[in-house]
Amino acid sequence: MTTNTKQSQLAANRGRLFKDRATRWGVTFGGGMVLIALLLIFFYLLYVVEPIFRSVDVEKQYDFDIPGGGSTLAMGVEEQSEIGYRFNDLGELIFFATEASERLNRNIGDVLLSELVTDSAPTAFAMTAPQNNRYALAHSQGFVTVVQPKFRVSFPNDLRTIVPVVDIISGSEPLQVDEAGQAIRKLAYDYDGESMLFAAVTDDNRFIVNKFVGSENFMTGAVELKSNFTEVEFNGTVDELEVTPDLRQVFARRGNRVYVFDVAIDGSVSESQLLNVNAKELGNVTTMELLAGASSLVLGHDSGAISQWFQVPSDDGRQYEYIRKFQAAKAAITEIVVEYYRRTFYAIDANGELGVFHTTSEANLYQERPADIAAERAVIDPRANSLMVQANNKMHFYDLDNEHPEVSWSGIWQEVWYEGYPEPTYTWQSTSGSDDFEPKFSLVPISFGTIKAAAYAMLVAVPLGLAAAVYTAYFMSPSVRKVVKPTVELMEALPTVILGFLAGLWLAPIIEQYLPGIVSVLILIPLTIVLLAFISTKLPQKIRQQLTDGRAALILLPFILFVGWASFAASPLVEELLFGGNVRGFITNELGVTFDQRNSIVVGVAMGFAVIPTIFSIAEDAVFSVPKHLSNGSLALGATTWQTLTKVVLLTASPGIFSAVMMGLGRAVGETMIVLMATGNTPIMDWNIFEGMRTLSANIAVEMPESEVGGTHYRILFLAAFVLFIFTFMFNTVAELVRQRLREKYSSM
Amino acid sequence: MNHWFKSGKPWIWLTAGAVSISLIAVIGLLLMIAWRGLSFFWPAPIHEMQVQTPTGATTVLIGERYETEEIPVSRLNESGVFLEDYDSPVLQRYLIKVGNREYVPLDFTWVLEPSIVSDTTPKDLAVIERSKDGNFYGYPVDVLENGESVLTSQSNLRDVLFERIERAVEFNEQAMDLQNDEISTINYQIEQLRLERRGLQLEGKLTPAEEDRIASEQAALREDYMEIEKELFALRDQAGRDAVVMRDMRGEEVTLPMYRVLDVTFPNDMNILQKWGHFFVQVAKFVSEDPREANTEGGVFPAIFGTVFMVLLMSVLVTPFGVIAAVYLHEYAGKNIVTRVIRIAVINLAGVPSIVYGVFGLGFFVYMVGGTLDQIFYPESLPTPTFGTPGVLWSAITLAILTLPVVIVSTEEGLSRIPSTLREGSLALGATKAETIWRIILPMASPAIMTGLILAVARAAGEVAPLMLVGVVKSAPMLPVDGNFPYLHVDRKFMHLGFHIYDVGFQSPNVEAARPLVYATSFLLVTVIVGLNLTAIGVRNHLREKYRSLEH
Repeated sequence: MTTNTKQSQLAANRGRLFKDRATRWGVTFGGGMVLIALLLIFFYLLYVVEPIFRSVDVEKQYDFDIPGGGSTLAMGVEEQSEIGYRFNDLGELIFFATEASERLNRNIGDVLLSELVTDSAPTAFAMTAPQNNRYALAHSQGFVTVVQPKFRVSFPNDLRTIVPVVDIISGSEPLQVDEAGQAIRKLAYDYDGESMLFAAVTDDNRFIVNKFVGSENFMTGAVELKSNFTEVEFNGTVDELEVTPDLRQVFARRGNRVYVFDVAIDGSVSESQLLNVNAKELGNVTTMELLAGASSLVLGHDSGAISQWFQVPSDDGRQYEYIRKFQAAKAAITEIVVEYYRRTFYAIDANGELGVFHTTSEANLYQERPADIAAERAVIDPRANSLMVQANNKMHFYDLDNEHPEVSWSGIWQEVWYEGYPEPTYTWQSTSGSDDFEPKFSLVPISFGTIKAAAYAMLVAVPLGLAAAVYTAYFMSPSVRKVVKPTVELMEALPTVILGFLAGLWLAPIIEQYLPGIVSVLILIPLTIVLLAFISTKLPQKIRQQLTDGRAALILLPFILFVGWASFAASPLVEELLFGGNVRGFITNELGVTFDQRNSIVVGVAMGFAVIPTIFSIAEDAVFSVPKHLSNGSLALGATTWQTLTKVVLLTASPGIFSAVMMGLGRAVGETMIVLMATGNTPIMDWNIFEGMRTLSANIAVEMPESEVGGTHYRILFLAAFVLFIFTFMFNTVAELVRQRLREKYSSM
Repeated sequence: MNHWFKSGKPWIWLTAGAVSISLIAVIGLLLMIAWRGLSFFWPAPIHEMQVQTPTGATTVLIGERYETEEIPVSRLNESGVFLEDYDSPVLQRYLIKVGNREYVPLDFTWVLEPSIVSDTTPKDLAVIERSKDGNFYGYPVDVLENGESVLTSQSNLRDVLFERIERAVEFNEQAMDLQNDEISTINYQIEQLRLERRGLQLEGKLTPAEEDRIASEQAALREDYMEIEKELFALRDQAGRDAVVMRDMRGEEVTLPMYRVLDVTFPNDMNILQKWGHFFVQVAKFVSEDPREANTEGGVFPAIFGTVFMVLLMSVLVTPFGVIAAVYLHEYAGKNIVTRVIRIAVINLAGVPSIVYGVFGLGFFVYMVGGTLDQIFYPESLPTPTFGTPGVLWSAITLAILTLPVVIVSTEEGLSRIPSTLREGSLALGATKAETIWRIILPMASPAIMTGLILAVARAAGEVAPLMLVGVVKSAPMLPVDGNFPYLHVDRKFMHLGFHIYDVGFQSPNVEAARPLVYATSFLLVTVIVGLNLTAIGVRNHLREKYRSLEH
């Protein structure tokens, strides 16, 4: 019996012990969860941000013999990277499989379709900008056939099937580009959806430009092309020709000189600029290409350098100018391949080395011989997911991982010369209507905005918050303090969305309307307070006893209210008398300063208001918990209360006050709703108090919902969040460490 | 004088001034929100004004006086307005809400004080609240039934009007109920069937028998739908029978269909009791009705519901974790570097900007966790995401992390107030540490946990920035709770009072008209949050008193 009880007791105890241990582990794990949560946020943000700084990854898939005969004039890959094609010098367009498929009975390298596009071997060849994907082949006697490789996509049984088609754009009759009927030696071509522009050099060395203007026949719906033929005077031989996709410009290169011709809508041609390439510095020009978006011209040099040129506003209108260069290779550049939509380009040099570069970010993303082959030609697919390289009578197929070339550390934090801008700038402009827009991801203007907003807020909050904290902790009578402290701390609980709403819709118009009133409040209120302090000392003894310093805050209330009201009431009169009734006009016209309704004053006041309780609460605690024997000792030695405060109490509490300011700064930096509603959200860089700003946090709130998941913009916004995280992490950690040390110090006193 | 400055007196008074300014700011702000928010519900008098236009003619304006502003005369002169016989450098102008949106070019207009010839408030002026195009101001003239006047010589126009409006509102409500309950249930079931079919198809189990079953169920539901739709149209016809004829400020008679009329009031003819009655009715409507006209009119019920639901969900999540972490920090953690690091982590969690939580929540919870859940459990509805899109669950989890430090700090403070004698006593009597915590410490600390929870709720209710990324929308067609299985739909998006303020105040097409509503919403939110905070402070003070008696 007893042994039984004992045993069951033992078992019960074992159960209790187990529970105790389990609780210990559970609780410890739960405590660690806090740390895990913080680390998770940190690493997750990093995980999303990290890919934008990766360089290009080129991974070899397979190689195969070049399908079809002849030597390659141009090649391409279809969007899904399933089919490739090439034009050869016999005038054939050959499609071949680049992805094996059992279902369609396709092996890699199989010729799927081969069609002779021209009757004879083409005398010259040209291709449009990659996104137009058209090719022009010149016959003898000045005729040109325009071809587009097309792909018909269908979904039988929900499975994607892609079939290649040859579309001869020029129809059954080739276009007569040279009216004199001479064979074409050099050709450039592009089209803008309606018209086509050809630039060509003929056998007898004439430089001709022909614009075919398309017009739809309303009766039949067929498009008729009207030729506008021009012969351009040009001395010497043309080495290379280019046409912009908007059909407005023709580039003709002769050696190290690039001639720019403007083409009018009616097809007439005029020379507009001559680019003199500094061959000493860059080397002789070997090749010329237009970047996506067709605003930039890139030139390859025999020194291995690649230079970028684009139009910049100047006194003589928009002129091409040398912008930057890339040291792309050691040997001469033989070919430059541009991407469809982004400012990335691929360069091949005489040694067969492949380089990948991005102009905006000035990034050198990749530079080597992929899988140790000497590249001769390269091409990428429209989505920039795969790379096909021709080398040594073989086609080599690579997976290309180049998700975010437009971002580099220097592009984010340094000045960048964007296309069409007169000079390098810090600019944030993340989206636009067009596909081939150059995104401008500089975090500098929005970081600046964050600092500016925080600075103006601190300008309001630090003096008010600290002064109020010192007074409440040190001078205020305990009974008043008991009410005042929770009231001020209640401010912290006010939702910032309400503060932001009031700032944007109530305060901003008031500040605009009563600007003189605001200035007079700033001057008059401190004066009134000092004056009242002076008067209080001159009052009879009896009243003075009632008017102790401990009650000053309450006594001042009605006076401050009155002065504030009076300042605003008198504001229209002051405006009328001093500024002719229009302060805004005075600021804009006389001072030459831009004035926005949602400006830094509004943000400073509203966000200052939000930060005051943070600073007040922590600083008040720090001052209040300074051991009483210190101040008592000082007073006993004959110091005045003010001397005791400044020389003893504040010095002792200074770490706490510092940590209060840091915490306040952390809050001001991260605040979103107030700045979102009260700043106007323009990413400008100017300390002007009458202009707004765009902060990191507001930028995230505005742009995150419209960014594409996993895209560069999305990741940059994560980077903005990460920067905010790091900012506030530093402020908070420093503040907390200082506070912990202070607590230890006090406990030893 | 110099000596007086050295005494520090002026500086002391300046610091006192900072306290006064802070107090004025807080109290002034709260009072202003209360005043503006509540005056929205008060029946404002309707003025009929004769106004002189610059050409010399007079026009009549009928409307509410919305705002008064003082401007310098010179600014008026600059914009090309000149007033004769007026010497004062500043003058007043009024913003008049004239309503009648579809008949006048602008439903708000500025009137200069000197140009008002006469200003009266006739008792017969009525405000008609409508479900479309906002308020209508004017004189009721006639009530029509199928286009025929129903007024007889004995009947009182107002009585007839009230009676007919009540009838139309009744039918409208029935129609709404039908739409919200029956029709939405049928739609939901049809959608479920579609998903079931797709799910079977994906698993390769879609036999012809199953297909027939689903098709026949769908057909049955569609038949039900047709019937209910007929009922709905009948109700709408009923509601559209009557109309009211009003004379507006242009002097023209306008016929307003009754089915658009929600309420009619004669604010100029109300005594103080009636005004108070109207005030409370308006407040009740505000908190119980759905918003109308892109949120610029009507009530905020879905926003209140969404806020409360999200906050409750968050409380369920945050309380256990917060309490466990606090117990660890106070009862288990040793004085070592790990504890210090965890404390710093707590402070940092409290200090990380809320928008960063939003970004994290969007990337991690919504796209990563939610996207994975969708692939595993809801493949049939892909590519439409179920959990892989912002929703109330993700909002609650994100805010739970955000408010975790609040609960931890508050609970820990409560734990530290419990005298260690109690713990030692319990341990000495043979209880294990776990038992001590569970039976002694936690019950005693429960008010502190409560305080932490209240503060967390207050914080979550006012937080908007992260929610904008992880689940809040300007208008949610369905509440997260409804009569369809499984009743709680935590994947749905929701409305939130704070976001409502932002959206209506900054994104609505007619900011001027919506502003009073924003103040009212702000007042509601501030009341809730200040109330919660005061409760928390009260609980905390009570707790302090309680344990002070235990300390000897």
